[in-house]
This record gives sequence, C-alpha cells and structure tokens, in this order.
Amino acid sequence: MDDGSLATVLLAMFAGAIRVSTPFLFVSLGECLTEKSGRINLGLEGTLVFGAMSGYALSFHTGSPWIGVLGAGVVGVLFGAIHGYLCKLPKVNDIAIGIALMLFGTGAAFFFGKAYIQPQAARLPSISFGGWSDDSAVQQALEINPLFIIGFFLAVAMWWAFKNTRWGLIVRTTGDSTAAAVALGINVDRVRLIATSVGGFFAGVGGSFLSLSYPGSWSEGLSSGQGLMAVALVIFARWNPLACFEAAILFGAAGALGPALQSVGISQGYHFFNAAPYIMTLGILIVAVSPKRSLKGAPAELSITK
Amino acid sequence: MSIAAADQTQHDPSSKGIGVETLGVTKRFGSLVALDDVSIKVRPGSFHALLGENGAGKSTLVKCIMGVYRPTNGQIMVDGREAVIPNPRAAHALGLGMVYQHFTLVPSLTAAENLVISRANVPGIVNWSREHADLEAFLETTPFKVPLDIPVNGLSAGEKQKLEILKQLYLNQRFLILDEPTSVLTPDEADEILGLLKGLTDSGELTILMITHKFREVTGYADDVTVLRGGQMVGSGAVADLSVEDMSHMMIGDTKLREAAARAETSVPALVVELSGLNADDDEGLPALSDINLKVHAGEVVGIAGVSGNGQSELVEVLSGQRDRSAGQIKVYGANYEPVREKMDRFKVFGLSEEPLHNVAVPSMTVAENIAFRSFDKSPIASLWGWLHPAKMRSQARGLITAYRVKTPSTEEQIENLSGGNVQRAVLARELSGDVDILIVANPCFGLDFASVAEIRAQIMEQRNQGAAVLLIAEDLDEILELADTVAVMLEGEIAYTSPIGDTDRRAIGHAMAGAH
Ligand SMILES: Nc1ncnc2c1ncn2[C@@H]1O[C@H](COP(=O)(O)OP(=O)(O)O)[C@@H](O)[C@H]1O
Repeated sequence: MDDGSLATVLLAMFAGAIRVSTPFLFVSLGECLTEKSGRINLGLEGTLVFGAMSGYALSFHTGSPWIGVLGAGVVGVLFGAIHGYLCKLPKVNDIAIGIALMLFGTGAAFFFGKAYIQPQAARLPSISFGGWSDDSAVQQALEINPLFIIGFFLAVAMWWAFKNTRWGLIVRTTGDSTAAAVALGINVDRVRLIATSVGGFFAGVGGSFLSLSYPGSWSEGLSSGQGLMAVALVIFARWNPLACFEAAILFGAAGALGPALQSVGISQGYHFFNAAPYIMTLGILIVAVSPKRSLKGAPAELSITK
Repeated sequence: MSIAAADQTQHDPSSKGIGVETLGVTKRFGSLVALDDVSIKVRPGSFHALLGENGAGKSTLVKCIMGVYRPTNGQIMVDGREAVIPNPRAAHALGLGMVYQHFTLVPSLTAAENLVISRANVPGIVNWSREHADLEAFLETTPFKVPLDIPVNGLSAGEKQKLEILKQLYLNQRFLILDEPTSVLTPDEADEILGLLKGLTDSGELTILMITHKFREVTGYADDVTVLRGGQMVGSGAVADLSVEDMSHMMIGDTKLREAAARAETSVPALVVELSGLNADDDEGLPALSDINLKVHAGEVVGIAGVSGNGQSELVEVLSGQRDRSAGQIKVYGANYEPVREKMDRFKVFGLSEEPLHNVAVPSMTVAENIAFRSFDKSPIASLWGWLHPAKMRSQARGLITAYRVKTPSTEEQIENLSGGNVQRAVLARELSGDVDILIVANPCFGLDFASVAEIRAQIMEQRNQGAAVLLIAEDLDEILELADTVAVMLEGEIAYTSPIGDTDRRAIGHAMAGAH
C-alpha cells in the first residue's frame, strides 16, 4: 500500500467513522440515560428502526427532513414511555419487555414502511468544513452531518448534567439505590419512566439519521443491530456519556473499515471487515464481563448487575 | 429563589433538641399485636436508649414515630403537642430524623452530593463552589469530619455512619433516632461516634433515641432507658438507677436461656485445618485476601474478628467453594482439600452461616427437604438408582426437628415461613447431627433472639468439646470472646493479629480491628 492510498483509507475511515458512529452515539446516549436510572431498554433497536421509518415518512410527506428527525424522536418517546410504563408494573422484567418492544418496533416499521421503500424523501443537509482545502477528497470527508455535531454536544451536556443538575443527581440516585431514592422522597418509577422516554427520543433521532442521512433511504435492512450493540457500547463506556462518544467513534471506525479498504481496491475479506463491529462487541463483552468480578461503575440497580 | 427556601431547612446550630412522647401507642399487623399500649417519654436534650430483644417491637415503635406506620391507637407528642405524622416527610418537617441500620446513602455519589440531594429543595443547577463553601461552613459547626469529595462506597463504615448522622444534622433534624448505629463499627469508632453524639445531647442541641441491645453502650452513654418486650413497655428509668442485671431481666423476662456450655479441656491438639498463603480477589477483581495463614486444631475454636468488609465474607466463600482462590492451599489433615461436595463429605466439613434463609436454605422448599440437603443422595433416603424415599426423608426430619427443638407446623412447611431462630435451628440440625470434624461458622446468631443465640452458641461449644475444629467468623466481638480459644483479627484482607484468648481482651482486639497496634 503506498502513501497515497494509505491517506485515502485513513480519510475514508475518518469520514466513515463519523457517519457510522452517529446512530451508535444517539442510541448509546439514550441507553446510557436509561441505564443510569436503573433500567435496561433492549427495545431501543426497535425504536431505532421505527424511528428510521417514521422519520423518512415524515420527511417525504412534509418535505422537511428536520420535521422527520423530530417526529422520529417523538415516536421514540412513545416507545420509551411504553417500556417505562410496563416495567413499573409488578413482577415485570425489563429485559423481556425490551425484547418484546424490539420485535414490535421492527415489525411495525416493516409493516408501515412498505410504502416508503421506493419514494425519495428529502435528506438532511450536511455542513462543509472542508472549504480551506483544494483536495476534493478532503472536502468530501469534511462534509459533516449536523446530527453528529448535535450528538457531540449532547454527550457533553449529559456528562455535565449528571454532575451539576438536580435532575442528574436524581437519576444517578435512582439508578444506584432504589431504597435511598425512596427514602429521599423520589418517585422512582416516574424518574425511570422519564429517563426511558428521553432515552427513547435519542434512539428515535438516531434512527432518523439512518434513513435521512446515511445510508439515506428507508429499507428493511437499514439497521444492522446498532440498537443492540449500543448496550455493549454503554458497558464499554462505563456509563459515562463522554466515553460513549469515544466508544461510538471507535465502533464507527470499525464499521467504516470494510468500505474504506474497498475504496482503494482491497476487497479481500470485505465481509470479514464488515463484521468488525460485531467482533468488537463480542470482544468487549468477553473482556468486560467476568463471573468473578462485578462491573465497575455500573448503576447498582440494573437487573444485569444485581 | 429555591436556594433561599432551602436554606431555611438547613443547619442552624442555635436550635435545641426536641422532646418526643408516645401515649398508649398500639400497632396491629392483622391479628399480630406488634405494640401494645406503649408509652415512652424522651426528654428534650437527652440520650435515650431503647432496649429489647429481636421482635420486641422497637423498630415498629420508631417507625410509628417517623410516620412509616400509622399507630392503630394512641398518640405521639412532639415538644408537648400532639402531632399527626402521616408520612416520613411530615416527621422530617417536625425535626424528627432517623438513621437506619442499613445505610441509606447513595454509594456512587460523593458525600457532598449525598448531602445536597437529601435537601428538600435541590436547586435545578447546582452551584458546586457555593455548595462546597456552605458545606465546609456547616462541617465547622459539627464535631464530625468526613471527606466530601470521594464517592461514598470508598468511605469506611465509620465514615459512612458519621455521614448519615451529618445528613440529619444538615437537614436540621433535632430529634434523632439511631437504629443499632454501632453494629458495623469497630469498638473505637463506636466510642468516638457515641461520645460525639453524647456531647451534642449534653449541650442540649440534640435529642437521641437509640435502639440497641448492647448494655455497654447503654451504661456508657445513655441518660435514660426504656425496655420493650413482646410489644409491651416493661420498664423505664434513668440508667444511673438500673443495673445491667435489672435491664437484662426486663428484656428477656422469665425465659430460661440455655446455660453457656462449659469449655472442656481438650487434650493433645491435632492439627486439622491449615490455610497457607491463601489469596483471593473480590468482585471488583481487587485483592480481598492476601496471604492468609491460619491453623485450626481439633477441639479448638479459632475466632476471626474484624469489621465487616475486611475479607471475612470472601474467606468464607473460598472455604465453602463459592469463590476461587488465586493462590494458596487449604490442607485438611495434611492433605490438599478442595471445597467440593465429595470432599466435604469425606472430611466431615460442615457450616453455619448468617441469614440462613438467604445463604444456606432454599426458602420455597419444605423443612424436610432443607434438612436433607446433606443426606438426600445417600442411603437411606436415596436408593441405588437415585430414587428418593420421601417418607424416609420426612421421618429423618421429624427426628431432627424434635432433637433440635425446631418450631414448625410440620415437616412439609416451606422453610421461609419459619421464624429466623427456627430456620437456623433447622440448619443446625442438618449440619450438626452427624459426625463433625470441621465446622465453619459465620455470624450464626445475626438477628436472632436471645434464646436461639444461647442455644446456637452452646451447640457450637459442644461440637468443639467433642473434638471438632471450629473456625468462627463473627462481627460480634462478644461472640468471639465467649466461644474462641484463639482470636485472629482480619484487617484489609490480612490476618492482622492472633492471640490465645487468655492473653488478650476486648481493648486489644478492638485496636487490632481498627488497624492500631
Ligand atoms: N410490616 C410488618 N408486618 C407484619 N408484622 C410485622 C411487620 N413489622 C414487624 N412485624 C412484627 O412485629 C413484631 C415486632 O417487630 P419489630 O418492631 O421489628 O421488632 P424489633 O425491632 O424489636 O426487632 C415482630 O413479631 C414482627 O414480626
């Protein structure tokens, strides 16, 4: 590989990492918030797919991709609220509800989405940061989608809010000790309902990115398990929003590896490289989870760590 | 703004302790009378001890005061006026606070965050530099010192207990209920905290009602004492006017306790269990045990004292096969020993544990089945082909239930429906009915009534007298002092101190527990 093509690969990986990481980022922030409050929402995969479909449909009908993004978020709130509501019923397991909602979300998205596979909806614009360069490859790589930037600031804001706001402290308290939260007069179920709903909003927005920016159309194979991998990602990030951002980039880079190599003509092992994020997920879970240790930094009320 | 409103509920050193009285308080749970016409009077600015056995109704009484329960009958007077306390929030508003036996701090939050979140009015955005200045100023007004900026799960038990108390003072609660506040502390920590609290009551700033069953703390720190038994108030008065015998008689009434079994002289000690260089990691992957070397001889009780969390539970888990060791050896009669069922059987290793219902019994299985855990796969219960004979299992259980005085309606009762003392007796029957060579015991009397405690200790002593090698891990120093022949103290995963019981005393052991030599 000569220098030129190495630069091309790196550039393609950079651009790819940003593109691929955006849905990871939103779903993992949503999952992070939900888990910080003491619940796991595996249904975010369903929220993601349904968000992608509804965002695309809304953009198609209104002509505004931003209305699509918002609509996908609102749908996500609905999904989150259903999860939050069902889980507060006695003897209900959040993992089982999550799986049910995941299947329901994807199924419903396929059902309602049939009509939107063909038509073209307005896509999200991207912002050019590459004006300073004459190189068209650089310019193209620096076409950054706005949701990525929003996601970055969201991660910073969440990190700050967990430490410095009443809501942040309440969510952390709820996730760490139900008994202590109740003793403080916190309505634990309501906090979890709200956290799960807001988490659903983020996941819905992440979904709209898939259909409105990259790959940028609605199809049934749109999500390839990002919603589920985000759960591993949150564990990897030790429930820290800033680390979620970094981990999302890492996952994004892994996902961009295959296409980037292909762009310089290396198509050997293309499918293997495409599987990189999954292999990474597996690796992370093996490294992070051990029968002899409890997870460090995990909210103590999570059903998987109890 | 909300900050100003919050300040009103915060610490004000000039305020005075509050007096509380209950008048004829009765509390029924269904048909069970937990409290029967209980009247107690806690003077403002006094240090009042509430004594009583497990199940006497102490928690129920203080929960009525705190608004957790509504009394079925009777009144609660706060500062001489009748108070209606429908919920804990109302109690807090009256200046009544409670420190529960189990910490109610949020483990991953720092001390400062725990204090701020406990306020009724937390500002939407917390201005930490301002809060810190306020907290420092508040700490100046109290005798308790706690680091503010590390997460609570990094604090010692003593610091956590101080923080719990600080939290109540921070919220300006002037009547403080403490539920067995020293159960997780070293004797030195307990003395420090109780001494500081005593200072606050002596200056009249605070009133304290302390649930306890340690006479040492009553005579050392309390001004007044009230004794409950079976839901009734059976005695009250100034501590100065009462002897320990008076109080203990009030607590247990005329119940005959089993005599403490005498310590028989055991002849030539044979080495039975030897732990050498035992290491193990805790759940975080950090070292929990480092180089534990310990010998237990036949007819000897080796008592391991220490504040909980210094590796005792990990040691028990390693010895019972629930945790892998990272290095070291367990030898029994000089041969390598692995804690698996087959070897436990061969070497006659048995065990008792704290909270048996959680640790060594299956709550939803019957008493007979639980009693058969060690023997169900052997004749006569199991036949050659692995079929069980339930009838034989029941008849074996019936015999043991009588021998060990387990109170149960039948052998087919689910064991979870038995009282704590009877669950422990059933486990005792299972573990001690055969030949015991090695006995591993961890906090066997935790949370039990006096009669059961006396019974269980006597049984352990009997096993020792018959030549068993006993390893007793206990947080309760009195238990160690009563049973052990040799005392060892665990501190931060190491054996920090060992001594024959004759050459040591409570003070020396207490210092070793706290890490002072
Ligand atoms: N919520 C409850 N429901 C039914 N019975 C209870 C409840 N709380 C306590 N009891 C019973 O009331 C009695 C007194 O218990 P408690 O106040 O906890 O005693 P203590 O604190 O002195 O150990 C016990 O017999 C206990 O089983």
